[in-house]
Amino acid sequence: MNLTLKVWRQKNAQTAGKFVSYKAENISPDMSFLEMLDVVNESLTHKGDEPINFDHDCREGICGMCSLYINGHPHGPKRGITTCQLHMRTFHDGETITIEPWRAEAFPIVKDLAVDRSAFDRIQQAGGYVSVNTGGVPDGNAIPIPKVIADEAFNSATCIGCGACVAACKNASAMLFVSAKITQLGLLPQGQPERYRRVQSMVAQMDEEGFGSCTNTGACEAECPKEIKLTNIARMNNDYFSAKLFREEEVHEQGH
Amino acid sequence: MSEFKQTLNSSLGKKLIMALTGLFLCTFLIVHVGGNLLLFNNDNGFSFNVYANFLTHFPPIEVIAYLLYLSILVHALYGLILTVKNRKARPVRYAVAAKSDASWSSKNMGLLGSIMFLFIVIHMGDFWFRYHNDKTMGFKEYRTDLATGETKVSDYTPANAEFSHSVSTENNVEVVRVKDLHARVAYSFSNIIYVIFYVIAMGAVAFHLLHGFQSAFRTLGWVHRKYTPVVYFIGTWLFAVIIPLLFAAMPVYYYYLSTQGAH
Amino acid sequence: MTLDAKIPQGPLAEKWSKHKFDLKLVNPANKRKYDIIIVGTGLAGASAAATLGELGYNVKAFCFQDSPRRAHSIAAQGGINAAKNYQNDGDSVFRLFYDTIKGGDYRAREANVHRLAEVSVNIIDQCVAQGVPFAREYGGLLDNRSFGGSQVSRTFYARGQTGQQLLLGAYSALNRQIHAGKVKMYTRHEMLDVVTIDGHAKGIVTRNMLTGAIDTHAGHAVLLCTGGYSNVFYLSTNAIGSNVTAAWRAHKRGAFFGNPCYTQIHPTCIPVTGDHQSKLTLMSESLRNDGRVWAPKTAEIAEQLRKGTLKADQVKEDDRDYFLERKYPAFGNLVPRDVASRNAKEMVEEGKGVGGSGFAVFLDFADAIKRLGEETVKAKYGNLFDMYYQITNENPYKQPMRIYPAVHYTMGGLWVDYNLSTTVPGLYALGECNFSDHGANRLGASALMQGLSDGYFVIPYTLGDYLAKIGPKKVDTNHPAFEKTKQDVIAHVNKLLSLKGTKTTNEYHRELGHIMWEYCGMARTEEGLKKAKGLIQALKADFWKNAIVTGENEEVNASLERAGRVADFIELGELMIDDALMRKESCGGHFRVESQTPDGEALRDDENFAFVAAWEFKGENQPEELHKEQLTFEAVHLSQRNYA
Ligand SMILES: Cc1cc2nc3c(=O)[nH]c(=O)nc-3n(C[C@H](O)[C@H](O)[C@H](O)COP(=O)(O)OP(=O)(O)OC[C@H]3O[C@@H](n4cnc5c(N)ncnc54)[C@H](O)[C@@H]3O)c2cc1C
Ligand code: HEM
Ligand code: SF4
Ligand code: FES
Repeated sequence: MNLTLKVWRQKNAQTAGKFVSYKAENISPDMSFLEMLDVVNESLTHKGDEPINFDHDCREGICGMCSLYINGHPHGPKRGITTCQLHMRTFHDGETITIEPWRAEAFPIVKDLAVDRSAFDRIQQAGGYVSVNTGGVPDGNAIPIPKVIADEAFNSATCIGCGACVAACKNASAMLFVSAKITQLGLLPQGQPERYRRVQSMVAQMDEEGFGSCTNTGACEAECPKEIKLTNIARMNNDYFSAKLFREEEVHEQGH
Repeated sequence: MSEFKQTLNSSLGKKLIMALTGLFLCTFLIVHVGGNLLLFNNDNGFSFNVYANFLTHFPPIEVIAYLLYLSILVHALYGLILTVKNRKARPVRYAVAAKSDASWSSKNMGLLGSIMFLFIVIHMGDFWFRYHNDKTMGFKEYRTDLATGETKVSDYTPANAEFSHSVSTENNVEVVRVKDLHARVAYSFSNIIYVIFYVIAMGAVAFHLLHGFQSAFRTLGWVHRKYTPVVYFIGTWLFAVIIPLLFAAMPVYYYYLSTQGAH
Repeated sequence: MTLDAKIPQGPLAEKWSKHKFDLKLVNPANKRKYDIIIVGTGLAGASAAATLGELGYNVKAFCFQDSPRRAHSIAAQGGINAAKNYQNDGDSVFRLFYDTIKGGDYRAREANVHRLAEVSVNIIDQCVAQGVPFAREYGGLLDNRSFGGSQVSRTFYARGQTGQQLLLGAYSALNRQIHAGKVKMYTRHEMLDVVTIDGHAKGIVTRNMLTGAIDTHAGHAVLLCTGGYSNVFYLSTNAIGSNVTAAWRAHKRGAFFGNPCYTQIHPTCIPVTGDHQSKLTLMSESLRNDGRVWAPKTAEIAEQLRKGTLKADQVKEDDRDYFLERKYPAFGNLVPRDVASRNAKEMVEEGKGVGGSGFAVFLDFADAIKRLGEETVKAKYGNLFDMYYQITNENPYKQPMRIYPAVHYTMGGLWVDYNLSTTVPGLYALGECNFSDHGANRLGASALMQGLSDGYFVIPYTLGDYLAKIGPKKVDTNHPAFEKTKQDVIAHVNKLLSLKGTKTTNEYHRELGHIMWEYCGMARTEEGLKKAKGLIQALKADFWKNAIVTGENEEVNASLERAGRVADFIELGELMIDDALMRKESCGGHFRVESQTPDGEALRDDENFAFVAAWEFKGENQPEELHKEQLTFEAVHLSQRNYA
């Protein structure tokens, strides 16, 4: 199949970007979307042009490195998959595909289609952990956890940190991502001692990064490749208000 | 205290304020629609005028009323702040509009709210402000024969300008003299532009609450496998259908009456 | 130079405890005077960085992705072994040790493997404490499954995403130390060289992948946790960015490379669809528990299947060859990875391959669906079936899956002693990056175990010993060795950037992959390997003449990154060929056609090849020197593996 691509090209965060059109020819429907871009890049390289820069690594939907806002959808039009799992058979011959980077104040552009998602790391660093040192922990079976709770925590833990929720949200809110971690640890017994502290510090960091706030539109849930549920956000809210309004649990630092 | 301020200033704190004020306004809507149903009483505005008088003169309700005004202002203000902040979170827009599944109303809460705000200003200016400040607004005297229960109505002109209302009983006849808001209502609702505006505003209420009611519960963190569907049901049927329909029916009904020349 | 593995004295089961006691400790107040550099934040690197940070050392950690959470460990699916014996089915530390040694075809060090089995139990406890959501039973206790043909259920898992959950656990521990200021994290940084002073590793040179800045970092020790090099085959189950650069540059600075030719080939991957293919996707080994592997009996039927004139489900039972069940009646479809892979390859070579390309055999669930019902099959393998459907657009509930082996893991890597130290003092290698504890073949679910064992429980002890011995005197990047190494790196980068030829680096990489797969893959012959050596040398010469590298250094430049990695892969490829040529025996995943039993099975040669091959770099374009670490076995008896 032959396609026309409208790709956002931008040298770096400081310079202005623009759309550039490319032809993608002889594309096999069995190719993944990223392999299609590889083909375009190979031909650009042969011409001595700069290939299109995009983030990717595992190419099997688990590392969360790939991104791309394809024809109005983060990770493309199919539900529950990442861009690297999207295959060209989803598109039809002659189609024009517009490819944009994730757009958010908190995700500055690195180059072309790649953005800087380090804000996510900083939020996790603010409290997305259980404070245990290596060694000296109880036996794995010392704390039984009901299967339903473990499964529910697992559902939240499957977040791959891709940022599609931010990209999809009209407010560029990161709450689905943040709440997934808070919920995972908030549900498990191991996470209880720091539960209310964690939610406060992670939310504070999230606010500092300049994400918007949630209006419960649910676009994030619809576009999340791991189908993380909106319920996580409600759980986070509950913990947060509970911490702030009813518990004298201090945050380990006042702001930053 | 600064801790408290910090809480309310956080993104979640602002949402908390939105949700609490929003829900408070929702409870008010129930009261308001209930009271206004009296407009459908074919009693020359007796019950409605008495109700209006009660609302404005019973002290606890006055306190709540001021809370209500405050809520509206705070809700609108925070709505504005959040909308601005959310827009700033995406300074460069997408070339292709988002095609994600998300309800229209959820994406347009600011727009819907603005329509409602405009409506509230006009609505309050027209009824509330006049009721309180318009010295030219007329009074009505309702004489109810306590034996037969029959009510007679006539215009009343108070003796002094400070008069607000009175209730007395003379010879088994109860005499109630109150401001005639009902006449004002009937007058306003005979204007087609006004009626259309009213109906549109109620449409905005419907869509605002279709999303807003359940959203407030999510914001507060109250979701539950069992009870969230109940919240959805109430939000949809009560707040997005029944209440707006009832509100919208009033101007339409009065407009209809005015075209029939019933007065 | 003689190789000293520094294996402690004493009975096998007591070596590690005794060694831990003998190791020197660093005084708690002194720990903050030491700087440790950790390259790589996969399971091995993140766990090491977190633990060393907790102990009080100053850690600088590096990774090339945009976040430590994206290291390739994230992709591991199946599970992690531990000798917990929670199932009361006869598991023990010794059994795990024994299975690992035997599975590795007796080419691993006994002492290391025993230590691995010992600490495996602590790993599970540690991960649970961090909040890793392992699968549980209704009673609330941890669930286990049997994996990779093992006879006990000792594999802990988190759906099909065990690696992800373990890595996120280690990442959270790492985050905690970053927050505490004990670890400084450098993402999107690629390590390009090791700095040595007086023979000791004292730092690294990195390139900031956002700005192109070439920087030096100093430390008292350098830990390489940079993963495996399966991508030397171009197509593998590894992430696109997985590379050998860090290990290779360290090799060139004096670290010996152990058993480079030991690669593992996984039998159940989704086959290649065409030249555009950029990577292969693994499907969990567990599929072989219920799926039956077959190929058409004759090449004619295969031909019809390839053309699409015949559908798989139309092939008559009599025309199917369930070759694993036929050849290995005792184990059937559950033979080890290497055996299953090699047999699939043979089928293809006999013209019986299926699928558009002909490079596939069938994995059929029709019987399982008939026996268990579609619902049960769905509950067990639903996510794998979905994944298969996503990629191939074929419904595995209706048509048999097509599978083909793919390179998956490299048992070879930097040679390390018992303390995980390479031959360069102060330079350590952890995780898949070292030549590891898996011998010539790795058992399923044991790489995760090894990575975490190295990072959480081994290096914190063994590194302390080295640090205590060298003392806390500050290492300074002002030392001329840093500037010198930095200039070497800049020269290398500039040389790459000057390449403005006619072929993309990707094309070179693919060509290298073809050579490696063809001649140094599942089955190898002396003749083939010799030919391959010539081909690679030619490829290398051509690369430095005709490759195209676009852009400049001072920007994000994927073309440059790629070029550097491909150049290193080509050099590594040649060493792998040398190693494979030298090892005239068949063992584990390494099948030398010249060395087989009368019925065509791998034939080990314990007399001549029971050693670790450790290769020493002798200069550009010079033959490398082989050093042998003789393996001695006290606790196990060497026997020929037999699965018939
Ligand atoms: C698809 C798949 C499934 C698997 N399933 C299982 C399983 O079920 N059970 C099991 O036990 N094992 C499994 N394995 C094997 C196992 O996942 C790996 O061996 C293990 O995770 C390797 O961990 P690591 O920490 O050594 O390296 P990695 O996780 O690969 O981490 C490498 C790190 O090094 C960094 N790095 C590399 N080079 C540089 C450089 N030059 N400069 C800076 N940083 C660099 C990277 O950024 C990364 O952080 C699987 C492997 C694959 C590919
Ligand atoms: C005065 C005019 C109004 C404006 C400008 C306005 C604006 C908004 C906006 C922008 C939101 C979305 C905020 C967010 O979710 O972050 C919102 C939510 C909401 N509004 Fe209004 N609104 C107005 C009036 C009302 C009225 C009269 C009611 C009730 C009768 C109401 C009920 C709600 C509710 C329940 C929510 C949901 C809160 C949440 O999501 O947490 N609003 N409003
Ligand atoms: S919540 Fe979903 S969309 Fe958001 S980062 Fe996690 S996986 Fe990606
Ligand atoms: S590249 Fe890893 S999720 Fe897409």
